[in-house]
Amino acid sequence: MQSVVVTSVVALSSLAALFGAVLAIASKVFAVHRDPKVLEILDALPGANCGACGFPGCQGYAEAAVAAGVAPAACPPGGAEVAKKVADILGAEAGEHVPKIAVVHCIGGKSNAVQRAAYDGIQDCRAAILVGGKPKACIFGCLSLGSCKAVCQFDAVEIDDEGVVHINRDKCTGCGACVDACPVGIIDLVAKDMRVHVRCSNHDKGKAAKSVCQVACIACQMCVKKCPYDAIHMENNLAVIDYGKCQNCGICAAVCPTNAIVDEVKARPKAVIGTSCTGQAKCVEVCPVKAISGEPGERHEVDREKCIGCGLCMDACPSKSINMVGALGHQRDRG
Amino acid sequence: MDVGTFLAIIIGAVFVSNFVLMRFLGLCPFVGVSKDPDSALGMGMAVIFVMTMASLVTWFIYVFILEPFGITYLRTIAFILVIATLVQFVEMVIEKTSPALHRSLGIYLPLITTNCAVLGVAVVNVEDFIATGLPLGASFIYTVVHGFSAGLGFTLALVLMASIRQRLQLGGVPKTMIGIPITFIVAGLMAMAFQGFSGLKI
Repeated sequence: MQSVVVTSVVALSSLAALFGAVLAIASKVFAVHRDPKVLEILDALPGANCGACGFPGCQGYAEAAVAAGVAPAACPPGGAEVAKKVADILGAEAGEHVPKIAVVHCIGGKSNAVQRAAYDGIQDCRAAILVGGKPKACIFGCLSLGSCKAVCQFDAVEIDDEGVVHINRDKCTGCGACVDACPVGIIDLVAKDMRVHVRCSNHDKGKAAKSVCQVACIACQMCVKKCPYDAIHMENNLAVIDYGKCQNCGICAAVCPTNAIVDEVKARPKAVIGTSCTGQAKCVEVCPVKAISGEPGERHEVDREKCIGCGLCMDACPSKSINMVGALGHQRDRG
Repeated sequence: MDVGTFLAIIIGAVFVSNFVLMRFLGLCPFVGVSKDPDSALGMGMAVIFVMTMASLVTWFIYVFILEPFGITYLRTIAFILVIATLVQFVEMVIEKTSPALHRSLGIYLPLITTNCAVLGVAVVNVEDFIATGLPLGASFIYTVVHGFSAGLGFTLALVLMASIRQRLQLGGVPKTMIGIPITFIVAGLMAMAFQGFSGLKI
């Protein structure tokens, strides 16, 4: 009886000891050199594996960043914070990180865009395109079936009752998944500090565009003429903002007759003319909305209802007597 | 040791007494890793590999350690020890020698460290081939072949299941049945279908 116990204990424990030794040796012999930096970077990354960086998942980016010194700012969802962490690990400069946000270039909802058919198939934009276009009469616009919403890992795409797609500024990380998912290609990535957008993609001539959608760009060129920065142009009957030049003044949105241009700045400051005004009327010349009036040589007045807070008068004033006051606080110099 | 015997072992392990659908071993990965055919195939390959290796190693352990010391009743615990060590060891070797294989197979290896189907194949080997008084050479070869074909049977069941589940995604499955419930029903139907093989005499 005793020998049975002894035999089994000895046999099994020597087996276990043997295996333990084998594994211990093997872990030395077959040790794979893992760069601790890769693991550190992997920890710092968001871990969504969205692929926005162009590498296969976060692991791929971490390996590439260590091996080839890929820019630490290459992770759009992580933003500046992650870029800094990665840069610290790599001992490199973080570089300029421009956070981006998705913009949907269509704002035609059920009530202002003409519907030509009822779609009752698979609730997916790509499926609807395959079976013959879309319910909307406008062939350029949004399908409102939410392919972008389905791919968004950050829950940043919202579709309102009108069927208009809105991007949540706080949640969008600029990964670009929705840009690839949209079959009509109306979603763009834009620098996050840009707040004025042409939310129409219709390339039809004015009358044709207006006939399918109340809020379409009718190529009237008002915005092109009024833009003080030469930042908006007509491309094939559609106003397109050059975001490199745009200063977010919102004049184009204010003059757009169909409201196809949307100014996302919720409240803009108003111009206020101080007592040092010498009445040279330079501000009257530059004001795009004709909000300034007054006799030559006397202090001018700003019509607060008309003023859109673009700040052009402030820059033009020779006596430096115009201030921008209001929503964004008291500011003397813009920018 | 003729072709007929091998054929009997292979067909027996793949169809007649399929590890998943007839012996009901390894049901956890059968339900868990059968969402898409690609990963099912990867998992199947890993299981074939581990089952073959486990059969080979447990044969040595049983014949040269457990039997001579008369402690064959400890086979279960000894086999768990051996298989866990083996899987760990193999994972290390693969990671060192072939990173590509490790990336496609490696994630499944830890899953099957103590899979009951792998342990089951070692125990069935003992009962069917080693403890039946066959000559050593024959029992060794039968054991390895049986381990391999048991893995093959597991892969067959897993890939079949994954393909069916993929088709079910487009089928009008009632809301309450989506996911695991319909999978259980499919598994039951598949098991009944495989029951048909039990009359097969080779």
